[in-house]
Amino acid sequence: MNTGSIFLQQLINGLSLGSIYALIALGYTMVYGIVKLINFAHGDVMMMGAYAGYFTLVALGTTASGSVQVSPLSLLLAFIAAMIFCAILALLIERFAYRPLRNAPRLNSLITAIAVELILQNTMRVLPFVGPDPRQFPTMVTKSFSLGPVSISNIQLVVIVLSALLMLALNYVVTKTKTGKAMQAVSYDMQAASLMGISVNRTIAVTFVIGSILAGAGGMLYATAYPQIDPVMGYMPGLKAFIAAVLGGIGSIPGAMLGGVILGIAETLTKGFLSSQYADAISFSILIIILLVKPSGIFGKNKTVKV
Amino acid sequence: MLIPGVCALVAVLVPSVLIHFSIIDAYTAQILTLSGINAIMALSVNIICGVTGQLSLGQAGFMAIGAYSTIMLTSSAHLPLAVSIVLAGVITAFFGFLIGFPTLKLEGDYLAIVTLGFGEIIRVVLVNLKKWTGGPNGKQFPTILTLNPAVAYLVIIGTLALLIILVQNFVRSTYGRAVLAVREDEIAANSTGIGVFKYKMIGFVIASFVAGIGGALYAPFIGFVKPEQASFTKSIDYLIFVVFGGMGSTTGSVLAAFVLTYLQEFLRFLQNYRLLIYPVILILVMIFRPQGFLGMKEFSFVRAFDWITVKISGRNGASRGKKHTATEEHNV
Repeated sequence: MNTGSIFLQQLINGLSLGSIYALIALGYTMVYGIVKLINFAHGDVMMMGAYAGYFTLVALGTTASGSVQVSPLSLLLAFIAAMIFCAILALLIERFAYRPLRNAPRLNSLITAIAVELILQNTMRVLPFVGPDPRQFPTMVTKSFSLGPVSISNIQLVVIVLSALLMLALNYVVTKTKTGKAMQAVSYDMQAASLMGISVNRTIAVTFVIGSILAGAGGMLYATAYPQIDPVMGYMPGLKAFIAAVLGGIGSIPGAMLGGVILGIAETLTKGFLSSQYADAISFSILIIILLVKPSGIFGKNKTVKV
Repeated sequence: MLIPGVCALVAVLVPSVLIHFSIIDAYTAQILTLSGINAIMALSVNIICGVTGQLSLGQAGFMAIGAYSTIMLTSSAHLPLAVSIVLAGVITAFFGFLIGFPTLKLEGDYLAIVTLGFGEIIRVVLVNLKKWTGGPNGKQFPTILTLNPAVAYLVIIGTLALLIILVQNFVRSTYGRAVLAVREDEIAANSTGIGVFKYKMIGFVIASFVAGIGGALYAPFIGFVKPEQASFTKSIDYLIFVVFGGMGSTTGSVLAAFVLTYLQEFLRFLQNYRLLIYPVILILVMIFRPQGFLGMKEFSFVRAFDWITVKISGRNGASRGKKHTATEEHNV
């Protein structure tokens, strides 16, 4: 295998991983755009989505050992279950943890977000039917398709295609529907939007819900691609998705999509060519460099602060 | 000067004597000494988050740098333990200086994430430099502090007292006032001629020095250190101490460290549910009392003295108390 084909292969792997990061990054960027809060708990919402999917699949009779195969129908049901579960979870978190602190200093909201993250992680560790041990996630039979020097698995195809569909759906919702326009309005100016008759509370709740639906789908896709789930699986992807959101310009939806893909590709290229140990450190270094060079990100706007 | 000094000496010497003669058992001594280390770390987080106003989620990374530096200086360079502890603090302060350059240009949320990132980078580097740091298994480092609880208490609580004195003096100096001005309103401070970046850097470096000392004492006391010591989870633990005690209050942070460390031991019977209680309490504190237990108030010997005098001499003491108010030190 020469360098060129490794490069192309890692590009495809990176596209697949990056699509998942993009889905989670969208949640971060939408929430930050609308309430200026970094929702640390978002990565763990993704983890909850993966577990919801896991339990649905187990309930439907499929197991990791492969006695009953994962069929597209059961996978679809698991997806829907994960998305619904994450939506409800988002509603609860927003209502009880973030809404009381909407007018508080940013520091307090940040600490609360960290606390919510810890609650989600530790609840899963403590629940008797979950526990802290990793579990094998039932996944489809892997088939590889080769396109010349590279190969792409059916799982990667599912990940890329599904993510693209979800992002297109999100784009439609945000630009063409009334709710989406309300979201944009609230993110520009919360008070003016409420004066125009937009229910700010409801719009913010909808933003959280949409973001978490995407995170739930991302969690399912991540578990399908890397079929081992445990309560802390959401921490690193969540952090990397945040880096992706910042890279693309936080508050910008196309930015999150692009940032996710770029970060995924950067990570797989690092693992392929440099060292898989340092991949995490490289991702964080990308964040630091971007914040030094262009803090508003790729698609972000430079905001001038008036005294 | 006399009374606080005497109190500090008593707090440091008396229990260590009691431990030496086993009047205080080894388990309690362990908790007290561990609280001391946690208090030093809480002090560090308080300096950067409370006094300088920059939320840093990576102080545990500095602690790990201090811990590993001590081990390397003592084992490889064969320096005496006391020298390597101080030197480890200086090395950590230097790293704080380097890391501060890119970090302090940012504000608020971004600064928090970048400090978190640096903490994780430190952890990853420590895991991977196997030759020097022992890799993911960490390094063993048994010393006299591990073996003798009385000496451990003496050294650690003594260092804590010394650091509290230094930090309090810093906060009440002109430098400290400048840092506080930057915390309150950067733009206003800038327009009165305070170099915002310079004072943020001063706060950051002092915080990393204290964190380095904390780590440098942690390694000899516990006897080993692992790269996980630099992780985000640990940073959050120390942040929780400061949030509970009151961000900006040295007294609050130290008190909260002692109380919460004891609570962690006390709640052991709850096993894993313990991990749930902390964040729930954190959210409740954030919603209902975000300024923490003490807010920004400090314990002041002068006010305690006045309070006692008022209690003893009733109404006469009130006028004496009033006369003292004009000359008492500011509480920050």
